[in-house]
Amino acid sequence: MEPTVEIAPGTTMTRQDILDQAGAPVVVFDRVRLAFDEKVILEQVSFTLLKGHTKIILGASGAGKSTILKLILGLLQPDAGVIWVNGERVDQMNEKELMRVRADLGMVFQEGALFDSLTVRENVGYKLSEELHWPDGQVNGRVEEVLGFIGLGQFIDRMPSELSGGQRRRVAIARAMAAKPRVLLYDEPTTGLDPMTATTVDEEIVKLRDIEGVSSIVVTHQLRDAFYVAGHRALRGPEGIVIEEADEQKSEEAEFIMLKDGHIIFEGPAGELRRSRDPYLRKFLE
Amino acid sequence: MDILIRWLKDALLELQEYVRLCKATARGMVTGPYYYRDIVEQFDLIGMGSLTVVVLTGMFTGAVLALQSGMTLDQFGARPFVGRLVSASMIKELGPVLTGLMLTSRVGSSIAAELGSMVVADQVNALRALGTDPIRKLVVPRVLAGTLMCPVLTVVSDFVGVLGGWLIAVLQLRVASSLYWSSVLEALYPQDPWMGLLKPFFLGFAIVSISCHVGLRTRGGTQGVGRAVTTAVVASSVAVLAVDFFITRLLITLMY
Repeated sequence: MEPTVEIAPGTTMTRQDILDQAGAPVVVFDRVRLAFDEKVILEQVSFTLLKGHTKIILGASGAGKSTILKLILGLLQPDAGVIWVNGERVDQMNEKELMRVRADLGMVFQEGALFDSLTVRENVGYKLSEELHWPDGQVNGRVEEVLGFIGLGQFIDRMPSELSGGQRRRVAIARAMAAKPRVLLYDEPTTGLDPMTATTVDEEIVKLRDIEGVSSIVVTHQLRDAFYVAGHRALRGPEGIVIEEADEQKSEEAEFIMLKDGHIIFEGPAGELRRSRDPYLRKFLE
Repeated sequence: MDILIRWLKDALLELQEYVRLCKATARGMVTGPYYYRDIVEQFDLIGMGSLTVVVLTGMFTGAVLALQSGMTLDQFGARPFVGRLVSASMIKELGPVLTGLMLTSRVGSSIAAELGSMVVADQVNALRALGTDPIRKLVVPRVLAGTLMCPVLTVVSDFVGVLGGWLIAVLQLRVASSLYWSSVLEALYPQDPWMGLLKPFFLGFAIVSISCHVGLRTRGGTQGVGRAVTTAVVASSVAVLAVDFFITRLLITLMY
């Protein structure tokens, strides 16, 4: 029997339902706990990411933000709790089974984590040629398409060492999106970048979400970028893609999660976060 | 006492992880997917890339063996037998061990540094996120190349070592060339070349698998990479000498 995800008490969905239906829960954390020896990293963490929506995970350094992404990818296994990704339970999978789940996930690592010995073209086309075994012509076509989408077409034959920090992050985004994953995970995508460059990275996140329909989880401690991603939307116009301020309904599709010492202390949209009277949140926002 | 217990626990954990890596590598060698381009690249890097250093060490070792043993043999009036000493030492022992040690310093260090840098730059996690098993992509090609190229390099080292001995024997010790070559062959039992050829398979495997293990367990940024390189070279060097002893002991029991 096909496994089902319980999305609400008494309501379940199969994997196929989740892949097909709009607004289905693509990532579900249910009372997840993780500790390294005595140190508790995550405690009773539960949240749901809906298809086409964004979760922005905020928190101070060491709060367990990046750990959540590693748990989704199966790079770490939780001590307790359940994790569903695209309708598959990943917390008990072995490495071989996880490869199948990762095929539908993209991850943008802090600093990009591009392969130094490969060109931009080879980095972006890595998964397509090495894992999906696409023919060379098809790989090149897709690589040019995604590099064009993020505006780095002219850097296709450069080595990663020849790119600036912002360009490296954008190439990392291109690499993550090349195989058209349903979910993209961003680990501190703008940390260490100047505000102008950070905005270009934010725009790529917004474009991927609104134009390509990719669900995303953004881990960051850069409030400016977090609110930018939540407060903007991308539209395809006659002169190409335009980024504009999102209306209230669209803004609410991006939910913030605030982590403190491994616990979720807030979950909700940007407006609610701004209005919060919680002293820790106030301090963090200020 | 606490320190000793912690040290023992850490050592056992390392051993357990190393055995797991070896098992996963063995599985990766017999089941796909295979990364053929990486395999060819590693054969070139480990095999062809190490040729110069192996030729140089083999040549000078053979030459110095002839020089030293020539002086000793003179005391018994046995200088014409210098070829026996050179070939027996090179083919049975020095060829495999010196090639192993050269591979450790050249290949082991670079593997630990490369994999260690990939770990600290999150590139190994990026590989996994892109659906690639790092063992199959990074470890299997290196271990295959190390295990299969070490015997080839040993044969080269043996040959140039004997050749170096010949140069000294003919040019300095004034031993007739034909006498040198006939004594080279006379010194060897039929099993000797086999022993010299079998040992490098184990040495190559030990060097590369240990270096991969240490590289993939790198922690702590660039400082950690430095530590990993030192650990890989020290552990592999000791392993070369230890594995050489145990395999020699085993082969003597089985073959002689």
